[in-house]
Amino acid sequence: MASKRTVYMELKGTVSLYGILGFFGLFILAGLGAFWYMEVYGHIVSGMNNQIVWGLPHVFAIFLIVSASGALNVASIGSVFGKTAYKPMSRMSGLLAIALLIGGLAVLVLDLGRPERIIVAMTAYNFKSIFAWNIFLYTGFMVIVGAYLYLQMSRGIKPIWLKAAGITAFVWRLLLTTGTGSIFGWLIAREAFDAAVLAPMFVAMSLSFGMAFFILVSLGVNRLDGREFGPALLSRLGKLLGIFAAVVLYFVMIQHLTNLYATEHHGVERYILLEGGILTLLFWVAHVIIGNIVPMALVFHPKTGKNRTAIVLASVLVILGGIAQIYVILIGGQAYPLMLFPGYEVQSTFFDGTFGEYTPSLPELLLGLGGVAIALAATIVGMKVLKIVPTTLADSAVDPHHREAA
Amino acid sequence: MNIGLASFGWVTLLVVGLLILLPADFAAAQSTPPNSSPFVLGVPKPIIPQAAKGLQCIAPTDFMRKNHMKLLSHDRDKTVKLGDREIKASLKDCVACHVVNGADNQPVTYEDPKYFCRVCHDYVAVKVDCFECHASVPGITMKGGLNQKSSEAEALAAYVLGDDKKLKPDKPDKAELKP
Amino acid sequence: MTELTTTKADPVSVSRRTFIGGAAAVATVTLAPGITVVAYGSDGEDKLVKGARWGLLIDVNKCPQSCNACVTACSNEHGWEDTGNPLTDAQWIRKVDIKDMKTGLEQSLPVMCQHCETPPCADVCPTGASFRRGDGIVLVDKHLCIGCRYCMMACPYQARSFIHEPLTGQKPYSPRGKGTVESCTLCVHRVDVGRIPACVEACDGTGNGAMIFGNMNDPESEIAKRIAQYPSTQIRADLGLDPGVRYTNL
Repeated sequence: MASKRTVYMELKGTVSLYGILGFFGLFILAGLGAFWYMEVYGHIVSGMNNQIVWGLPHVFAIFLIVSASGALNVASIGSVFGKTAYKPMSRMSGLLAIALLIGGLAVLVLDLGRPERIIVAMTAYNFKSIFAWNIFLYTGFMVIVGAYLYLQMSRGIKPIWLKAAGITAFVWRLLLTTGTGSIFGWLIAREAFDAAVLAPMFVAMSLSFGMAFFILVSLGVNRLDGREFGPALLSRLGKLLGIFAAVVLYFVMIQHLTNLYATEHHGVERYILLEGGILTLLFWVAHVIIGNIVPMALVFHPKTGKNRTAIVLASVLVILGGIAQIYVILIGGQAYPLMLFPGYEVQSTFFDGTFGEYTPSLPELLLGLGGVAIALAATIVGMKVLKIVPTTLADSAVDPHHREAA
Repeated sequence: MNIGLASFGWVTLLVVGLLILLPADFAAAQSTPPNSSPFVLGVPKPIIPQAAKGLQCIAPTDFMRKNHMKLLSHDRDKTVKLGDREIKASLKDCVACHVVNGADNQPVTYEDPKYFCRVCHDYVAVKVDCFECHASVPGITMKGGLNQKSSEAEALAAYVLGDDKKLKPDKPDKAELKP
Repeated sequence: MTELTTTKADPVSVSRRTFIGGAAAVATVTLAPGITVVAYGSDGEDKLVKGARWGLLIDVNKCPQSCNACVTACSNEHGWEDTGNPLTDAQWIRKVDIKDMKTGLEQSLPVMCQHCETPPCADVCPTGASFRRGDGIVLVDKHLCIGCRYCMMACPYQARSFIHEPLTGQKPYSPRGKGTVESCTLCVHRVDVGRIPACVEACDGTGNGAMIFGNMNDPESEIAKRIAQYPSTQIRADLGLDPGVRYTNL
């Protein structure tokens, strides 16, 4: 596999680059402002309450964290599965993964009731808590992917070490997303969660969301800096995205079919799939159709599958659908009332037996978008100061067999 | 289950850094005797209010000035985790003794810059976290009552039965310190 | 070190110190810096009633739908109240009215933290702030709580509240503050000094006598005798959490 040697270069400090950084900066400032507002006045200024305890910030945080591990796909395909064409993109993939994780964790931390006590979360551990495990999984992920990036960028590193780092990172990313899924999957209290299938489902989601992020960011950066991105390579990434979207749908189907078979879960399924109002709409239209079926159609159709705009659109839709999916899982799962007395009609002053009410507030949205902006800005800054982005991703440069394959 | 450990090198570093920084800051402010010079760089030295008359603190003043937070955070765990309501370094007792009365002759709350803790803490710019949750004035001034009657009856019953433990934390403090 | 022991044995409530004047003062003055910290660190034995499992037994038949005494008493005792924001207001205990959909039977009962033997809130808490005391009382150590609300996701009884606003005027024995999670403490501040929870006291006060508080592990206690003699149920017994709150005639 003697492909041409890949040359990596920092991004040029153009006006448009700083303009984009400034644009993200505004969102970061707005996010920090929202954080400060919630910190001073308390969570009363958010839409969250004692029934819906995790709201929009958590949707964004989970989305970014899940995407982070998925953004590492491309590096893994290159190093673990030995696909040469993906290797030049491996550094971008690693950097984006770390940046997305930072963005997600920032949102998660800034939404805490006592964010200033983050030191407590780092020094006092309850080792039975999946949350505590996740703290290790997240910090470990950053360390491992960081080391992987460092090895890639060092000279004279034996390939065996690169491969070892790549495999470690790959295994760790699977653990990380399993851990994130298990945050919900192991909650015995909530009917909509409490299912082992959530862990592999989150892994599937990470593959899909992470790939969508990677396509958008790498295309955007190459365009920003006037570097080439080969259409055949893009088409391959698009097809992968389509496969991942199909896997997500498969797990979603398994989850709901399992619940539909068990009489005790009919209530929650009726709520999510039929009578949940906006949640039902988000599930079917935003998540299933717009977020998965349409992108699949776009990338697999012989014509649009080779079209740059169509693949970009598919990626955007996967991301929007992904946010909708997490929203439905998270908010829907909390809004469906806990069943303390099965077979009884229930009422109380504390909303027993009623569907939880939740209207996301502006500060929550700004905080969530701030996290996305942190992730993207960190990616661009990283690409500006480090040799991350290859000078060209033209098909002939990344794949010596390109012409034969095409 | 809950094991306090600074596991990662960097976490340790961060914790140690904070531990060194914060008390060092505070100790520095205490190392010069209060009121020796009215102004240091234009910031008036704190004039530390006297505690309630005739009462003795649980340790000498110099020791308390440097170590009160360690005592408090150590003993709080004994109450919270081990159910020990007779701890020495009880914040409730601190609050009861170190009362500063306002113009209305009522104890001022933490909101007031004259509040005992704030006099020094404002000076050294160290935030006190305690009173976001804990009452900063003795119980008697709490709004809404303390269901006095029932607990008074309880206390009386306990007294008659001769169990002095039952007399303890809720009631007597307030009666003593009523302004 | 003898002085230290004296100090420890001597309860140092403000009132006591006032009563006995200089005695406590002598003991404390002898404390040398440094020693105190060691002394504090060395005595960690708990003051819990040995082998206790505190619990409640609630007779639903004796609990009229119209009565809210336990809820009011809890609110007064701990200072949580209706601020006009039902979605975000804390509620440590609530009356739940239930109606059997098949038979039409209507009942009413108080629901609060069920003080599980194996509490899911404590399992999921990342910092160990949610914990179960040796005597079965499930608490939040608000010094450790970072306000992540995972425990609220994990509790099957919807027993917990998050404090959404800055608070003032807390009760000295019931610290509560913005950004932390809280729930029924089984009036731990009362239990530790040999008193019964406010809700039970209030229920007795109404003459309904629907609530019994006691040590379920003490065969001589009324609660232990009752649950040994009559059938009692646990809410969501299927989860196997072994709640410390039991109901009869439910």
